Amino acid sequence: MTLTVDGVYKQFGRFPALTGVSFEARDGEFLTLLGPSGSGKTTLLRVLAGLDTPDHGCVFMDGEDFLALSARERRVGLVFQQYALFRHMTVARNIAFGLEVRPGKERPPRAKIKARVEELLALTQIEGLGGRYPAQLSGGQRQRVAVARALAVEPRLLLLDEPFGALDAKVRKELREELRRIHDATGVTTILVTHDQDEAMALADRVVLMNKGRIEQIGTPRELDETPASPFVFEFLGEVNRLPCEIVAGQAVFEGFRAPIQGAAPAGAATAMFRPSETKLDAGPNAEGLPVRVVETRGRGALRSVECQALGGQRLVADMPEAQAAALEPGRRARLSASRVVIDGDGIAAGSAAVPIALQERRGA
Amino acid sequence: MILGAAPPRAVESRSARLLVGASVLWIALIIGAPLAAVIGGAFSKGALTFIAAFKDPDAISAIKLTLLVAAIAVPLNLVFGLAAAWSIAKFEFKGKAALMTLIDLPLSMSPVISGLVWVLVFGARGWFGPFLDVMGIKIIFAVPGIVLGTILVTVPLIARELIPLMAEQGAEEELAAVTLGAGGWSVFYHVTLPNIRWALLNGVLLCNARAMGEFGAVSVLSGHIRGLTETLPLHVEALYNDYDFAGSFACATLLAGLAVATLILKALLERRSAP
Repeated sequence: MTLTVDGVYKQFGRFPALTGVSFEARDGEFLTLLGPSGSGKTTLLRVLAGLDTPDHGCVFMDGEDFLALSARERRVGLVFQQYALFRHMTVARNIAFGLEVRPGKERPPRAKIKARVEELLALTQIEGLGGRYPAQLSGGQRQRVAVARALAVEPRLLLLDEPFGALDAKVRKELREELRRIHDATGVTTILVTHDQDEAMALADRVVLMNKGRIEQIGTPRELDETPASPFVFEFLGEVNRLPCEIVAGQAVFEGFRAPIQGAAPAGAATAMFRPSETKLDAGPNAEGLPVRVVETRGRGALRSVECQALGGQRLVADMPEAQAAALEPGRRARLSASRVVIDGDGIAAGSAAVPIALQERRGA
Repeated sequence: MILGAAPPRAVESRSARLLVGASVLWIALIIGAPLAAVIGGAFSKGALTFIAAFKDPDAISAIKLTLLVAAIAVPLNLVFGLAAAWSIAKFEFKGKAALMTLIDLPLSMSPVISGLVWVLVFGARGWFGPFLDVMGIKIIFAVPGIVLGTILVTVPLIARELIPLMAEQGAEEELAAVTLGAGGWSVFYHVTLPNIRWALLNGVLLCNARAMGEFGAVSVLSGHIRGLTETLPLHVEALYNDYDFAGSFACATLLAGLAVATLILKALLERRSAP
């Protein structure tokens, strides 16, 4: 079941929700649609489910024109953010609903429906809850019911809209792994919408990162991490330090150190971004790098985040093993350097009149 | 009742006692006393006179007409109320605010006006009056007029019960049902209707009580032809004007009884539907 989305546009009033979105979901793939709120990811999900119609563009499912089918005919399993379980039906009837509303000839016999419900209760690990009502379930259990209900009709595509949003952190992580297991067991092509980059990166075969109605990058979590296609991608996927720099011969030159640049950037003044995990802090006598003073150490467990302040006032964070962080008590002077940086797209360093106006405008656009 | 609201406390303070006392006294004075007077008046000449009042052919005709009007008005408003509440609660469209205001209008308008508008439309000097006259169709001062007036007065009752509930429930369950392959009727019957059944029943009961008891609009449209176009409330007035107090109060007791029975039914249903 290969899903092809080609050049989809959707406008709500004057707000462009989707501006030319194209991608492909391969058979059995687990995709996450990641992006900040308002990036169009939920709109895209609704278009795929048939709850919204795009203004332009095509959606094909194994070569079949999906847009010509109504939501009812698409056989797409949709798990809503708030689950939208039928509140007056038991869990078992919720799950059986999609099979029971089929027209006479296609409807499986009662015994078969019952067996299917039992199978799904087992798959989602909520055996024994079939007789309960949604109001009698915990958030995590409701979510499992919603997934089971969507899977009951053997969907060609499973869509999940922020399915973990309403759950606490521990349950969320548990269900995340559970969902991946269910996906691997059923093999159904799955698309999950989320604004949580950890969730997206942990779950997906490939991540579709969206911003302002466009796709910024599609790739495996590793590809996104290692070769971000744009400053936005880099910034969205994790915490970043920002530091002004001068770009010379393809390298970012800082006070006390220089670092390779990920991607291309024109020469001149700019703002560099780099990850705390790729930031080095050295208090040794012969250390090289930007002179900083340690402010505080946060975190627990094996990894610590050491926050420090440069002479220019910028706050910068370096992640390191606990043993290394122990020596860096507050007030200590150290040298900071980064192993690679990304140049911020519209991050022309403040006060740098050296960059021509025309170039500024082009970058800003 | 709102879920999670604090349970009422036992009456302790003096001011609370005073407030409760004043409410009880007021209700007793304003509702209890007249009701007692009506029932007392109905039986003032004995039970036989009370029963005789309902053997009068005019009374029987009035009861029949009242039931007929309610039997037409309530189902029509049920269908309209459902459709209006559904569209207002589950869809965004232009003129939604205007539609909601219009639905509420009959509640804030004198029922006499609800009667008069039909006279303006279908009366002898109304827009369609001459045409209807030629065709030999009588609407004003006939049963169709009474039905129209009653419908207009009772239009908001079912819709208003449903709109807040349906708006709160949102459309997600319906959308989920559609993606699971359910058709329009299936969605309505299996998903929407069970979620609103108590509010719907409540609205129907209120609508019915009002339809049977409406006086103002019906009075304008009926023409007061005894045995033909008089509903029970009009019959009560007619008997009263004839100085037949016992008969008038007997019919009034029947009306009040219908209202009380409706409210008791409503209370029972509410208790059953409470979580």
